[in-house]
Amino acid sequence: MLRKDAPARRVRGPVLLAALAVVLVVLCVVAAGLGQVNVPPDQVVGSVLHRIGIDAGPRPAAAQGDSALWIVRFPRVALAVVTGAALGCSGAVMQGVFGNPLAEPAVIGVSWGAAVGAATVIVFGLTVLGDWTIVAAAFATGLVTTLVVYAVSRSAGRTEVVTLLLTGIAVNAVASALLGLLMFAAGNDALRAITSWNLGSLAGARWSSVATVAPLAAAGIAVALACARRLDLLSLGERTARHLGVHVERLRFTAIVVIALLTSSAVAFAGVISFVGLVVPHLVRMVAGPAHRTLVPASALGGAIVLVAADLVARTAIAYQELPLGVLTALLGGPFFFWLLRRARHGSGGWA
Amino acid sequence: MTGARVTGARGVIGGLGRRARPPRPVPAGAAAIEVRGLRVERGARTVLDGVDLTVRTGEVLALVGPNGAGKSTLLAAVGGDVASTGDVAVDGAPLASWSHAELAMRRAILLQRQAVSFPFTVAQVVAMGRAPWAGTPLEDDDEAAIGEAMRQTDVAGFAGRPYPRLSGGEQARVALARVLAQRTGALLLDEPTAALDLHHQEMVFEVVRERAASGAAVVAVVHDLGLAAAHADRVAVLADGRLAACGPPADVLTAELLSEVYRHDIEVVPHPRTGRPLILPRRPGPD
Repeated sequence: MLRKDAPARRVRGPVLLAALAVVLVVLCVVAAGLGQVNVPPDQVVGSVLHRIGIDAGPRPAAAQGDSALWIVRFPRVALAVVTGAALGCSGAVMQGVFGNPLAEPAVIGVSWGAAVGAATVIVFGLTVLGDWTIVAAAFATGLVTTLVVYAVSRSAGRTEVVTLLLTGIAVNAVASALLGLLMFAAGNDALRAITSWNLGSLAGARWSSVATVAPLAAAGIAVALACARRLDLLSLGERTARHLGVHVERLRFTAIVVIALLTSSAVAFAGVISFVGLVVPHLVRMVAGPAHRTLVPASALGGAIVLVAADLVARTAIAYQELPLGVLTALLGGPFFFWLLRRARHGSGGWA
Repeated sequence: MTGARVTGARGVIGGLGRRARPPRPVPAGAAAIEVRGLRVERGARTVLDGVDLTVRTGEVLALVGPNGAGKSTLLAAVGGDVASTGDVAVDGAPLASWSHAELAMRRAILLQRQAVSFPFTVAQVVAMGRAPWAGTPLEDDDEAAIGEAMRQTDVAGFAGRPYPRLSGGEQARVALARVLAQRTGALLLDEPTAALDLHHQEMVFEVVRERAASGAAVVAVVHDLGLAAAHADRVAVLADGRLAACGPPADVLTAELLSEVYRHDIEVVPHPRTGRPLILPRRPGPD
């Protein structure tokens, strides 16, 4: 139990960021090497070095080692990094905007709104944009859902947080119902596709998916970083933030678009993966404090680490079988979050 | 060189739009805040009506009145937080002509009960007061302003503790330190002494007086009429949304006016040494 008068013992921002970056790189190398064809870490590094034109380190010794790495593993790990970073970052921004550590992207309807879009495309077999139709639909409905929630919950130029969260719950209920209806109408193949998408998985990762999502996630994280100081001020409350020069409505709108962008880009290929956006920012706050200039990048790095690790477990825990990633994160994250809740309620305060 | 620095003024806080105009020095006695014919309605109820008030640089104006008289609403209207009719001018120009960032360079506002939704440390909360100056030449004063504000409010001793874990009185002082660190020409303080012990109450008014002496205009909502009488240059009495009186404490804080405004029998006696008015509810004697 912490003493009441103890100063906050916190890791400095740059130290945490450097440590997380090192962990992420090491984890990526290890994760890329493990699977049905095992490639030791030094050979993974060697393969990368040779590919970028540096003649150093051993090449993968296993048969098909190099192609397993470049066609299957690397895109999957890269997608895990991008998806995890987007989820972690969007969670941090959302909690900052609503001044509530319990807010999470799914609450305002992005994830399930995106799910409705994707399911519609699957059920009706739409192929307007070829392979990208599902992705585009997920983006579109995710963004529209978020904007609808935002527009509905505004009154007299202000957004009441409670109203916004309640509207989010109502929208989620409608989205779930639509999703149920679509699954009811779906044929067997479509049903299986929707189900696997809803459970969350990185099994379909290709370089093309990484190339689509990475710039979007990077843009979202960059804007979030630019908002960091204003998000700090927002924790003093809307009025005081405004008194300190923050254009609160504009900040809120920017943040909501960023949240929608990040969550949609994460959800588009990987499906609904819960808990990452909730618990990662929480852990970062416990270690390094709540300042967003550290919180936002650290949550992105932490989210990437969590997702790379979780995906590694999902595809290696049972030989020749894959666990659904979203189910795994929820199974691990749910109880963990309950524990966090109880601990934080007794301890550190800040549950405004 | 200075000009080049100022171009960045909108950077961190201002966002898009034109560059924030930094405040220029104002002569002592100039009107920092001017309110004319202010009217605020909430639903069907008129909370403030026909309020005229001028706050000048170099003075401490105490705003007193019974609960529900409209004191906090008046501060909210001057702060631009509630819709109002009538004229409010800050630093010589209408409220609406300033951007959020420009207002933040001109007036700092302390609200009642400052909540902070994440466990920021005391030092971090005080540093937030410097946000309006980010990207301006005055950013160089950040450390000095934060240090001075923390010393003046006696919070430097627990600079590393998380704000949500402090006691009510400690939080109130930290919130005041944040406002002082903003170093604006006008200070609007809503009950800065409410949660404080006697020593810290006096300390707050010493700091506030010092600020006024160096050219700031200060408005403080005060419930303790004794504090208002002792420390304010002028006292404005609000009753039922209207200004009942405004002037030097000795002229305004009279037994008749206060008894009427507070609907309570109040006696006012001069302090035996200073002659400042002492205000007490009339209580039955020992006999």
